[in-house]
Amino acid sequence: MMYEHHLILRVITKIVVGTIILFAFYVQFHGDFSPGGGFQAGVIMAVAFILYGVVFGLSKVKQVFPVWLAHKLMALGVLIYAGTGLVSLFYGYPFLDYTVFDPEHPTHGQHWGIWLVELGVGVTVSGVIVSIYYAFASRTPHISDEDW
Amino acid sequence: MIETSINIILFLMLVVTALAIIRMDKLFAVVMLSGVFSFLSALLFIVMDAVDVAFTEAAVGAGITTVLMLGTIALTARTQKKSPKFQLMPLLIIIIIGVALIYGTMDMPNFGDLNSPANTHVAAYYVNNSATDIGVPNMVTGILASYRGFDTLGEVAVVFTAGVGVLVLLSGLARRRREDKEEL
Repeated sequence: MMYEHHLILRVITKIVVGTIILFAFYVQFHGDFSPGGGFQAGVIMAVAFILYGVVFGLSKVKQVFPVWLAHKLMALGVLIYAGTGLVSLFYGYPFLDYTVFDPEHPTHGQHWGIWLVELGVGVTVSGVIVSIYYAFASRTPHISDEDW
Repeated sequence: MIETSINIILFLMLVVTALAIIRMDKLFAVVMLSGVFSFLSALLFIVMDAVDVAFTEAAVGAGITTVLMLGTIALTARTQKKSPKFQLMPLLIIIIIGVALIYGTMDMPNFGDLNSPANTHVAAYYVNNSATDIGVPNMVTGILASYRGFDTLGEVAVVFTAGVGVLVLLSGLARRRREDKEEL
């Protein structure tokens, strides 16, 4: 094992990563009631994987979160967002008018619309941040601890 | 009174951190201190009741940026090069720009001024109507995702474009393709 010596870091990381992902989901889907939203949730989600990659090495995290997935998520989020707008256009409402999701209760429609749009933001942001991290980290040869 | 003293302490710590960053040549410590700088600004945003902005600052400024800067210094160098001699020109330029910026802030409205342009136009409408229009308790989310949904779509597109840009520059896809062709 290459990372045998960082025992405490590895144990703490294993405990914390799950909590960070859970917190990301909380920020994502609770963003209309508490601080936060898609952008912050996407960043927190990406941070969980980056932390895993920093402690366990790039090859391990690429097995959990493959590079192709990160690249596809970047585009998927924008498509979710723009698709939400296209749905309202399709039903004869203005672009991104969320009334379309529940015409009888406009505030419910707003809830659904905001939920979808924030999901799009979160997916894109987490994809972009993880991709940027991969792009940076893949260029670096492994650094021994003494070099720092 | 308490808020003012917290503000003063936080601003003092910001200045101390900035001075420490200037004095150091070990880039690892500089990166860590810039993370501290971001956290302190996040605390300032919290004192100003801008919780969403503070959240973003703490996550992006202190978290992601630190990791990316660490990645960058791993690719480049770990100590700063000493500049050979004292240079007058950069100092002059910085002093002039600094004075100009401070002069510019004289015209800005005071913090929390009710009559400032930001508080008199659409903001009042959002504050009064977002509960009935959107029905979402966090007004910031309501504004970002619904009133200004089209702007946010643009922002997501910008984030996407930035990601694609970094990938094109750094991921080495072009290099790999070229090597593949040479093998064929």
